[in-house]
Amino acid sequence: MKNSHRTLGGALALAAAFAVTAAYAAGPRQSVGKGEGRVDIVAWPGYIERGATDKNFDWVTGFEKSTGCKVQVKTANTSDEMVALMNEGGFDLVTASGDASLRLVAGGRVQEINTKLVPSYGKVDKRLQNAPWHTVGGKHYGVPYQWGYNVLMYNTNVFKQAPDSWAVVFEEMNLPDGKPNKGRVQAFDGPIYIADAALYLMTKNPALGIKDPYELNEDQYKAALALLRQQRKLVARYWHDAFVQIDDFTNEGFVASSAWQFQANILKSKNRPVATVVPKEGVTGWADTTMMHAGAKHPNCAYKWLEHSINPKLQGDLAAWFGAVPVRLEACKGNKLLGDDGCARHGLNSFDKIHFWRTPVANCKTQGGKCVPYYRWVSDYIAVLGGR
Amino acid sequence: MSALARSLSTTLYGRRGLALALLLAPPLLWLGIVYCGSLLALLANSFYGLDEFSGVIKREFTLKNFVELAAPANRDVIARTVGMAAAVTVGCALVAFPIAYLMARYTRGWVRAALYLGVMLPLWSSYLVRVYAWKLLLAREGVVNWMFAEAGLSWLLQGILAVPGIGGPSLSISSLGTFIVFVYIWLPFMILPIQAALERVPQSLIEASADLGAHDAATFRKVILPLALPGVIAGSIFTFSLTLGDYIIPGIIGDSSLYLGQVVYLQQGTAGNVPLAAAFTLVPITVMAVYLAVAKRMGAFDAL
Repeated sequence: MKNSHRTLGGALALAAAFAVTAAYAAGPRQSVGKGEGRVDIVAWPGYIERGATDKNFDWVTGFEKSTGCKVQVKTANTSDEMVALMNEGGFDLVTASGDASLRLVAGGRVQEINTKLVPSYGKVDKRLQNAPWHTVGGKHYGVPYQWGYNVLMYNTNVFKQAPDSWAVVFEEMNLPDGKPNKGRVQAFDGPIYIADAALYLMTKNPALGIKDPYELNEDQYKAALALLRQQRKLVARYWHDAFVQIDDFTNEGFVASSAWQFQANILKSKNRPVATVVPKEGVTGWADTTMMHAGAKHPNCAYKWLEHSINPKLQGDLAAWFGAVPVRLEACKGNKLLGDDGCARHGLNSFDKIHFWRTPVANCKTQGGKCVPYYRWVSDYIAVLGGR
Repeated sequence: MSALARSLSTTLYGRRGLALALLLAPPLLWLGIVYCGSLLALLANSFYGLDEFSGVIKREFTLKNFVELAAPANRDVIARTVGMAAAVTVGCALVAFPIAYLMARYTRGWVRAALYLGVMLPLWSSYLVRVYAWKLLLAREGVVNWMFAEAGLSWLLQGILAVPGIGGPSLSISSLGTFIVFVYIWLPFMILPIQAALERVPQSLIEASADLGAHDAATFRKVILPLALPGVIAGSIFTFSLTLGDYIIPGIIGDSSLYLGQVVYLQQGTAGNVPLAAAFTLVPITVMAVYLAVAKRMGAFDAL
């Protein structure tokens, strides 16, 4: 495994024709010294708040005061943007999702983390401490930051009982209110949604032999696309912007869709009749990790941030802000902003049913190295949306 | 210092070419390197391929991207976008002409200033806010739907929305809705050039036409319209090219069918398939080149 990553890393570096900081062969740092006065972080919007949007959500000011490390944030909207920024360099940390993290490791852009220098690492949720999206060959390349799931959101006036299957958004049927689901259900408009179709097929059609929704061979992939084409006839509009979906559920009569907990929280706060459920097929989800650049200029401040990033207060506040789940379980209790039921609402107890997001690659484990790579997912999903 | 300035001015005096070259060098360098350079880089990228195994860009010459461009799904995207751009242009021209005519020929003083302001005002507010506002207006629970219902015309709206291809469950989820919002957003760019062209039509020509016995309709058709046409063409360049490149409106309003700009964004941003994205961007460039050549023939640039 390690060797193949090195080779891929070399290829990436050559192709990009950039001067790459070689992956540190010497191993991780052994001590954390005095702060350099600054730390540069690439992050998802809303991930590193200093109270500018809402005074209650501030986990930067205190850190800056106590460590003297000024936090500079560069937000990125896609995983690819994050990878590109890290390739350019000039940053210390990045909050990478599961699809970006392994690419960063493979490209030699991030360095191994010495978990001994992050005193609270042992208190991180045990299920995440050695997660495959940041642990390669027994080495840790980051500290877990937050995670969440993509649930089935539904209208409680239409569904008196929670729907137990994704079938309501994939198959043509009458909903409990007697009217057809056509034109009243939504799906996500990103190519990664093909994995949601594959996840549904895993249960519905076991003969296909899908083991992992992100590892699809040619036949399984075709079946997933066929399902999505059928779904295209039911879905009048796909969603990609959380606020557009909130509006669609409010003003357009949509009653069921895949969604983030974030939308459901906002709709509920406006007293709209919505709830969320994890259907029997399971759900997809995302898990983010804070990783350190191989050539980080402020490693001491970066290590101080890594430790700060998993303190329970920050974790609880961030989970409330983002509709996500903390990576430290004690953050779930006694946080005013999150509430004691927050973690459960955001998916804490569904961990085993979540297939965390990964970038599909050709060389996959479960289908003998013959999987359809991500760039084809993109082209084909464009075709599905266009009715082809 | 003043000696240096004097010797510099002596050198430049009588060498107008040199002075001109010095003045023009910075903007030309900017245009040449930053603008044309990036365009050429884009062109070069469209001939690169993607390694199927790792998804890494291979810097070897290939025409595969252009073959892929001709795939049915991609042809659909191109046809949909060009069709929408053409429809929006015609729609804008039809709505803009009467407004421009009114402004140019029947108003002066503060009334004209107020109309100018009315046309320009939307451009001062955020584009996104205006698009989201339209989403609310066109929604199933929105104002437009409500007005049709109050007027007892719901059957009419439902009939229009039932037309395949342009309809959908509600105005904001149909290509008709996308069209309406596009027309609204780009309208000022059509009104202003038409208005400028109409203002330049001399009153004496219109009087001469009347003296020669032409009715208002004939004068309009034979005198005013031909003279205003360059303005319409100039406006259409804006509306056509702006629609061709927009990737925000179809993401918020419409039935989620993708347009060129969105596909470029997806291929480049999400898939990391820069070569295919570059090949896609060549489509609007080609379409616009043809369009501008035709526009030039029709005299759109004569008034510039």
